[in-house]
Amino acid sequence: MLELIEQFNVLGAFWLNIRLAAVSFVLAMVVGTVVAILRLAPVSVLNWFGATYVTLLRNTPLTLIIVFANLGLWLQLGIEFVPRENNPNFILENNFWLAVLGLTVYHAAFICEAIRSGVNTIPVGQSEAARSIGLGFGQSLREVILPQAFRGGITPIGNVLIALIKNTTVAVAIGNREIAYQMRNMMEFRPDAGILIFLIVAIGFVILTLPVGLGTSWLSAKLAVKR
Amino acid sequence: MRSTTFRIAALAAATALTLTACGGDDGGEADAGGDGGSSEESAAEGGTDGETVTIGIKFDQPGLGLNEGGDPTGMDVDVAKAVAEQLGYTEDQIEWKEAISAQREDLLESDQVDMIFATYSITDERKERVQFAGPYFVAGQDLLVPTDSDIEGPDSMGDAILCSVTGSTSAARVNEEYGVALQEYGSYSECMEAMASGQIGALTTDDTILAGFAAQDEYAGQFRVVGNTFSEENYGVGLPQDSDRCEEINEILNGLWEDGTMDQIIEDNLGAADYTPNADLNPPEAGGHCA
Repeated sequence: MLELIEQFNVLGAFWLNIRLAAVSFVLAMVVGTVVAILRLAPVSVLNWFGATYVTLLRNTPLTLIIVFANLGLWLQLGIEFVPRENNPNFILENNFWLAVLGLTVYHAAFICEAIRSGVNTIPVGQSEAARSIGLGFGQSLREVILPQAFRGGITPIGNVLIALIKNTTVAVAIGNREIAYQMRNMMEFRPDAGILIFLIVAIGFVILTLPVGLGTSWLSAKLAVKR
Repeated sequence: MRSTTFRIAALAAATALTLTACGGDDGGEADAGGDGGSSEESAAEGGTDGETVTIGIKFDQPGLGLNEGGDPTGMDVDVAKAVAEQLGYTEDQIEWKEAISAQREDLLESDQVDMIFATYSITDERKERVQFAGPYFVAGQDLLVPTDSDIEGPDSMGDAILCSVTGSTSAARVNEEYGVALQEYGSYSECMEAMASGQIGALTTDDTILAGFAAQDEYAGQFRVVGNTFSEENYGVGLPQDSDRCEEINEILNGLWEDGTMDQIIEDNLGAADYTPNADLNPPEAGGHCA
């Protein structure tokens, strides 16, 4: 087992999954919050825009989004995130960012809905009270709604994070050398290892996702808004 | 209360139906396996009395094994038909089953297929789990490039990007031995797509597979196989470890080369891409890989 892990650089592959998940999660939180604000805004065009974003991205298969990022954005439109000249790792680095882009826009839709579910934990009276003491939309979001929405939405956001960690394996579709990539190599070059390959990958993901689940449960209990 | 009871009953009924559906399926597969087993015995006696043989092939490789609507075509398929015929099966007695690369050993070990003809290179690692008749053909890794390209091999790629499929021997080889920019996708079709867009310089894998893609109608005349192979892939017939047909199939395969059937099969399936097999290595001598 150790020999297999060393031969196929399993730890390095998982590290790429962690990097994909970490960067995408941070960006998805930003984009998701923006889309959530659009959906909460008192302007119907913005509502419509936010709702369309969520409906479109949430219902498109992730593989399609990531393959489109590669074939469409890079090969057709020539969008490149890293310099191409004198960069032997250009393809790997560019594909990393294309995968991050795909993971971000996809999971932002789910983050948006998680935040909105957090907003729903806040009694309507609070935003009415905020408006009646003279706070504008932006002020009431910043001071009253969003802080409580994040705290109330920790569990669903944690669920999105767990899904995101596992979804990073889709990045193999455009050649990112993460764990699903190495799993294919193991299956091709070490058919004698059989079920051990699956065990290694499964255990790795349990190690990655279990703490996230425990952590979000603990956080959501600790940060729950006492009413 | 009443409606809850009803819901539970409905759920139970639905579950039972699903389970029986699965059960029926399993039964069917077990039967097929059993048929395979008994046909093995009867084939050894020289007759088959309506038994079927299950053969694993690729379903998505034009020119080698392609199944679009139940009637598979390709070089591997034609070789499989010829071998099955000499084993005493008519075409109606062949059941085709898709054997994707990563599942081939499992399909054979679990007796879901009786033999596999699917660009299956003979390697020592694989021989630990299955046995091989053959080789019936020696392919080699090569490059497919646009017709007007001046790329002559992995050494002369320059800044051009090379495309291959994740988890394939070809990808690992160019990655380790040649310092070329390599874009990997899940399937060859995506590579073809990317190459047709002009951004990718070449596609690499076995020359047979490349010839199959180049011979497709929609790409006619656009791509050519470089013809400068840099590996040796011995295609064998995958058999379960306990199969006793291995030597028999070896003789059949040698016979197919002697009577010209193989040349005809190659011409029929890959001729449209001006593909000629490597004459130094073909025909190979089948044998030496049986368990």
